[in-house]
Amino acid sequence: MEDDKKVDVAAQAAAFLAQDEVHEPMHDKNLWAARMKRDAAAREVPEWETLRQLASQIKEHTLTHLLQYLTEFEKNATSRGAKVYWARDAAEHNQHVWDILREKNISSVIKSKSMLQEECGMTAFLENRGITVTESDLGERIQQLDDQPPSHIVMPAIHKTREDVAQLFARNIGTDPANTDPHYLTEAMRNDARKRFLEAGAGMTGANFAIAETGSFVVCTNEGNADIGASVPPVHIASIGIEKLLPKVKDLGIFIRLLSRSALGTLATQYTSHFSGPRKGGELHIILTDNGRSKRLGMPEFWTSLKCIRCGACMNTCPVYRRSGGLAYGATYSGPIGIILDPTFDESKYSELPYHSSLCGSCTEVCPVKINISDQILQWRKVMAAKKYLPAARRLAFGTAGKIFEHPQLFRSAETMASGALKFTPNFLLYNRVLNPWGRHRELPHFAGQTFREWYLQYKAKNNEHGT
Amino acid sequence: MKVGLFIPCYIDAIYPEAGIATLELLERFGVEIVYPLNQTCCGQPMANEGDQQHSAAAEQLFVNNFREFDYIVGPAGSCVKHVKYHLDAIPQDPDVLHVRERTYELVEFLHDILKVEAFPWAYFRYKVGLHNSCSSIRGLGIARSSEIMGTPFNKSAKLLQMVEGLELVPMDRPDECCGFGGTFCVTDEAVSASMGIDKVHDYLRHDAEFVVSPDMSCLMHQQGIARKAGIHLKFLHIAQVLNGGPF
Repeated sequence: MEDDKKVDVAAQAAAFLAQDEVHEPMHDKNLWAARMKRDAAAREVPEWETLRQLASQIKEHTLTHLLQYLTEFEKNATSRGAKVYWARDAAEHNQHVWDILREKNISSVIKSKSMLQEECGMTAFLENRGITVTESDLGERIQQLDDQPPSHIVMPAIHKTREDVAQLFARNIGTDPANTDPHYLTEAMRNDARKRFLEAGAGMTGANFAIAETGSFVVCTNEGNADIGASVPPVHIASIGIEKLLPKVKDLGIFIRLLSRSALGTLATQYTSHFSGPRKGGELHIILTDNGRSKRLGMPEFWTSLKCIRCGACMNTCPVYRRSGGLAYGATYSGPIGIILDPTFDESKYSELPYHSSLCGSCTEVCPVKINISDQILQWRKVMAAKKYLPAARRLAFGTAGKIFEHPQLFRSAETMASGALKFTPNFLLYNRVLNPWGRHRELPHFAGQTFREWYLQYKAKNNEHGT
Repeated sequence: MKVGLFIPCYIDAIYPEAGIATLELLERFGVEIVYPLNQTCCGQPMANEGDQQHSAAAEQLFVNNFREFDYIVGPAGSCVKHVKYHLDAIPQDPDVLHVRERTYELVEFLHDILKVEAFPWAYFRYKVGLHNSCSSIRGLGIARSSEIMGTPFNKSAKLLQMVEGLELVPMDRPDECCGFGGTFCVTDEAVSASMGIDKVHDYLRHDAEFVVSPDMSCLMHQQGIARKAGIHLKFLHIAQVLNGGPF
């Protein structure tokens, strides 16, 4: 079971920043570079903003006609020879996988990257039942060897340096710890993974898009690992979130053009693989999984978060995420999209996440499917405040501020106190000692000798004297 | 045209010169401007915390103070953004809707309503780093944010370029958030400070002597960072530059 203790994201981000002088600057620089590449790639597409608009509309249409498209998908996928399962939640999803493996006596699985399987805690579930599960995406494999969840939805190990990876591989697959050459490390991992592909009884993938019209689905990767996983072992199991549906094949062009440009600034992923039924002699199992998505669809303020295509652009652009590292969020999804998705799984545990944002709004503007992420973050704060998830001290501080701002006379005396007796303290500004860490990295602002209001009264009096 | 002058609480107490410059500047353009004496705060600090309950009274007071004006002008992007887009802790009666629709940030008021084309009195012979706040850019649209594709525009830059002698310096990350973010700057102190330090160094790399912004709250944070780090950068509200003082 997941630990349901409240995640203190601010403290964990502070620890990421404080660990050394290397990790955070590298993390910030690499992700900002991805954002810059995204800008350059988007600039080459004159109709970029139109594509975003279309993608948003197609997703909203599909989500508001989801039953129709899911039914259509199931029918078409089944007629192509796939076996389609429905999973209400993580437990049902994992049970389906386990049932399939058990029936075939499969003890080893090779999987490509899937945020849904991550959400479901599938790997731990299967490992507890004696199944060997191997991640085949390089970044995911790094994270698996380090016993960490992915810190980014597209670049799972982006918070690690080359040196970190060299050390990790040296411990686990016997590479030279002093050799940090990425080609050397990648080659070593490739050789280590190859035999696992050959041994695996089943290959598992997620899906980026599922097409109702054809009953097929699309997996986008840069390493081709999903393709080997789906092609070598006799059984292919695909976990697909019910929000991944698109009505028609022709819709796909819009999303393929947006996805990789937004994610990494490349024109498309190296592999865009269409799976249309089981290959000859093989089996294809598709698990359509809800796991909270229907509930989210029923939330008037938050349902459009289901439009997300998991490109990670909001994470790359987020100045707070870049300085926090994804693991600080203590959740499957981190960064701006995580802030608005995670509380739908557990409001209390993730109640601090919506405050881990400067509300700069960059996420909203970079999002290829136009999710109003920043507005939803603010909206989640309203939920957290209304449900009293805020620490009591903070609530009281704002209660006091609210009172002061309600009454002009109280406000004047608070100002006078601040600029007089407490001349160089920021208490007036910050309302309360609870909110006091201003000065750790900042000098305090100096209060002016005369407030604007005092100046204005003198100015008016003088003008009246002069008859103006 | 009767204009109500909205001076946010922190400008009143800490940066009155930004308020004075705003008033003088608007008067130079013949605007009849009144400062309602009973104003306190627009409710943003509480509302940004999600605390609708405690922002309601401040919001109502704001509407009472300003409902009689044709326009309400404030020299602060984030406060104006709150009024325009998030003043929703109270019932949306016609007065509230009028105030929300008619409230303008100073730069957009000068650019869009007064359509100012020159500041003949202004002279500023310095290299300036422009900080358009996130609220001003992505909230109010006074510049096209770098995420959005299309022909760029920047109303603050356009106004500043009318000032004789002023040189705008480019920046590596021109519209990256500086990390102020209201209460974020204290509740998430470490990340906020890290963002602020990076921002200040961006100005330094481009030899800026002054940092100018339509949002003094961001500058309060950046100024605090720079002072603590012993960095000699000067910070001014855009109204002070456009009005030629007070400095």
